[in-house]
Amino acid sequence: MTQAEVPYQETMVVHHPRSWITRYWFSQDHKVISVQYGVTAIAIGLVALVLSGLMRIQIGFPGLLPFITPDIYYQAVTMHGMIMVIFLLTAFLLGAFGNFCIPLMLGARDMVFPFVNMLSYHIYLLSVLVLMASYFVPGGPTGAGWTLYPPQAILPGTPGVDWGIVTMLLSLIIFVVAFTMGGLNYITTILQARTRGMTLMRMPLTVWGLMMATVLGLLAFPALFVSAVMLLLDKLVGTSFFMPAVVSFGQPLEHSGGSPLLFQHLFWFFGHPEVYIVALPAFGVVSELISVHSRKNIFGYRMMVWALVAIGVLSFVVWAHHMYVAGMHPYFGFFFATTTLVIAVPTAIKVYNWVLTLWKANIRLTVPMLFALAFILTFVVGGLSGLFLGNVIIDVPLSDTYFVVAHFHMVMGVAPILVIFGGIYHWYPKLTGRLLNNTLGHVHFWVTFLGTYAIYYPMHYLGFIGVPRRYYANGMESVFYPESAATLNEFITIAALVVGLMQFVFVYNLIASYFRGKAAGSNPWDATTLEWQTLKTPPSHGNWGDTLPTVHRWAYDYSVPGEEQDFVPQNVERKP
Amino acid sequence: MWVAAALLVVVVGSVAFNFLTPWWFGEVASNWGSIDDTVLLTFWVCGVVFILIGLLLVFSVYKYRFRQGTRARYEPENTRLELWLTVGTTLGVVAMLGPGLFVWDEFIRVPPEASEMEVFGEQWRWRYRLPGTDGKLGTTDIGNISMRNPFGLNDDDPNGFDDVLIQSAEIHLPVNVPVKALLRSKDVIHDFFVPQFRVKMDLVPGMVTYFWFTPTKLGEFEILCAEYCGSSHYLMRGVVHVDRPEEYQVWLQSQPTYAEMLAAARPSSRDIAAGRTVAETNGCLACHSLDGSQVVGPTWQGLWGRSEKLADGSIVTVDEAYVRESIVNPAAKIVDGFAPVMLAYELPEDDMQTLLAFLRSTVSVTSMPAANGLADVGEALVQSQGCLACHSLDGRKGVGPTWQGLWGRAEDLTDGSTVVVDAPYFKESIELPNAKVVKGFAPVMLPYQFTDEEFEAMIAYAVERLAAP
Repeated sequence: MTQAEVPYQETMVVHHPRSWITRYWFSQDHKVISVQYGVTAIAIGLVALVLSGLMRIQIGFPGLLPFITPDIYYQAVTMHGMIMVIFLLTAFLLGAFGNFCIPLMLGARDMVFPFVNMLSYHIYLLSVLVLMASYFVPGGPTGAGWTLYPPQAILPGTPGVDWGIVTMLLSLIIFVVAFTMGGLNYITTILQARTRGMTLMRMPLTVWGLMMATVLGLLAFPALFVSAVMLLLDKLVGTSFFMPAVVSFGQPLEHSGGSPLLFQHLFWFFGHPEVYIVALPAFGVVSELISVHSRKNIFGYRMMVWALVAIGVLSFVVWAHHMYVAGMHPYFGFFFATTTLVIAVPTAIKVYNWVLTLWKANIRLTVPMLFALAFILTFVVGGLSGLFLGNVIIDVPLSDTYFVVAHFHMVMGVAPILVIFGGIYHWYPKLTGRLLNNTLGHVHFWVTFLGTYAIYYPMHYLGFIGVPRRYYANGMESVFYPESAATLNEFITIAALVVGLMQFVFVYNLIASYFRGKAAGSNPWDATTLEWQTLKTPPSHGNWGDTLPTVHRWAYDYSVPGEEQDFVPQNVERKP
Repeated sequence: MWVAAALLVVVVGSVAFNFLTPWWFGEVASNWGSIDDTVLLTFWVCGVVFILIGLLLVFSVYKYRFRQGTRARYEPENTRLELWLTVGTTLGVVAMLGPGLFVWDEFIRVPPEASEMEVFGEQWRWRYRLPGTDGKLGTTDIGNISMRNPFGLNDDDPNGFDDVLIQSAEIHLPVNVPVKALLRSKDVIHDFFVPQFRVKMDLVPGMVTYFWFTPTKLGEFEILCAEYCGSSHYLMRGVVHVDRPEEYQVWLQSQPTYAEMLAAARPSSRDIAAGRTVAETNGCLACHSLDGSQVVGPTWQGLWGRSEKLADGSIVTVDEAYVRESIVNPAAKIVDGFAPVMLAYELPEDDMQTLLAFLRSTVSVTSMPAANGLADVGEALVQSQGCLACHSLDGRKGVGPTWQGLWGRAEDLTDGSTVVVDAPYFKESIELPNAKVVKGFAPVMLPYQFTDEEFEAMIAYAVERLAAP
């Protein structure tokens, strides 16, 4: 990628808004689209939050809410999982942060294909609406679990088998279309529309994380797409891609010859990279937060970049560690356990470098920084418990128990969400020109961090007892399940409800600060990256004035010896 | 300052919790103690990493908190440090992976002396099959499953007939004998998990999966389904009894083999249809009508269980022995008023079985409501439709209420009212199962549709065999 003398978008004519509808709804401005993605993802995320509250009430206090039947419970489990993984985390990190950060951080005027970008959001919105329609079709949403394993997902005995599974699969298919449009746009913009001087190795790690995640997404989502289409055919047309001969509730079915394991391989070929589609942007953003707020350059930038690339590549050869006890050939265990534990090395390097960035730093404990610190601790616990599950023989007793639930919630639920919060507190001032309320921010932080830790850390130990996940209730007299486990579940439920309620305070802060927040100025955190160097805050459509900024240095010139200030923006020329 | 303190509390608290927790593996009851060792090893390696990173984080947040006028140290890279950290991490990973793969290798190599046990799962119950005296399990096919062949054994495989079929969720195993569990599913994916044995594996329809273990402790251990299998997943439980060898033998002797079960079988609708074909192809129906008209031989309408007056004046009840005799040696007992003109037939046993099934179905539903035959038809129905997967006959609480002592019993419903189990309630609960749900049970049953005749048969079965004491 040689740097053009005149950057690709220098003379680009941005599509100027003409009316309210093209300005705020069918806008082609990446910042508006970012907000649209963000607001939609938060809205659907609140639905998932309420569903998780219902689940936790049933687990902690079985029978307290009599309307939570097994069907309602399993529908909540399924919808909560799918919404959080796809429609909140993926959509927010790539749709909201990706759209906001990529053009601004690279010194571009907009995405390379603004119209496709606009379409991408609206197709995403459609996928969310189809998903929500599940709650209004006969039989309600599918209760197959977010993994949607056949044969169970399309056979009687599972809620939502008539309509819910169809709307779920359609929604996923539509989402993949939306993601592909957005993803191609991100990659092209990063490769093509960087301003003069912005070499790849000068890009902020946020952009690196977003780029690798997008590459993963473009390669992984097709596997979800085909498995959704094939499962839909098995359900609607009676094909047998995933359906062997079975006798369902006394009825021999017409299917024969299909392979349930094939679905699992396809699903996890998507599903494991999906973990990193969520994690890599979070890695990037948190690197940004740590460096800016500790007033120190990110430690080992090149290593951080190569670690991102290595994790991205390796993430495609570890998928079957989700299937150690699924009945696949046992020799696979050797291969996938090895690749899985190898991926721990680049991941550990990232953790070391975050912590080493703090070493001899000058740490401002702002709200975004607090979230970044909480991320490190949470991610370390979640990552280490992954070393248990990745080691095939240890997975045998722990798989399908609450240990797994605790692990993936910490590593790909709470950890990225802490980064999302940190990122919102960090960039909200640039987006709106106002700071979020600091006191509410601190309350939100401490309750969320300590609360989620109290939920998920002890939950690992329920897994050691052997408490299986996806149990509506203990259900019967049981010899393996001690009374104290029920007490622990009550505690976890209370913590979860408190954390859940606190998120509404955050939403209040988002809305109230938009109108009453303190004016932020253009660079409230004294940051070096380009998005803080715009002429106007919030940046106008087109982001920059007549000429695009010129980049002279990497993104992390903090506390450079001999400089007057403790930060030097990327577009400041080097001293001769 | 207090941020660092709070983070320190989290780190120290996590470590302390790990040592003080009352929630931990139950005592291992199989040979897989080596899995526990691997877990502990991983705990030590990961614990050290957690403590080091945690404390470094806490120290930095405390020591290097923001001070006006100070500067952070500018150090973009330190190649040597990064290299050492990479090497150290790699060593840690190898330390955990090596022993893990070693134990995995043991886990997937079944010792040759292991005895086989089949675990057969369906929504939502466990059943089991043991190899019988020949030590070999017969081959199976899901398409063979019928009322008389609940495990789908291949009837042309001689290894299958001595297989011991355990139609209950409770299995017994002898202590200290290695077991290879072969796992098979009838419908969806399940997972056989016994926490104290440390082992689990999915049951996948369309294939046979396996694992092995040696139970080392006497006692009862709960079996959990660990792979989500629909609304009543959480109720899919069973029990492993680990017995002394002599106790085990006593239990084993009391379990029926496939051959014994066939001998006592009652007909399924498929068998009935096949039996009718046998009757047609052998020309039986040329002389025996099905509509009550008297042709060359007695009509088969309402035949089974009917009392026939013989030519010698004695009375005989039409049952299996009489039918068999009348086919093989037709002249032996002639019904009064008919001529001894029928030829002897030699039917293959399979055809004989299905023909008997067909003849059993000739019970007259209207004229003999309480006949043995009708209840038999009803029992065949409830077995072939899978009712007994959720409703036990031995009083054990399953997914649904037990059918032991069902008829005439008073049930408390979830809405607080009480209902007596009678014909209208029985019928309603099958057609609209979630209208009146018994207290303590979840509304998970699927609606079923039956003809009036089938309902009558099932009700006859319930009246006769499920009556409350």
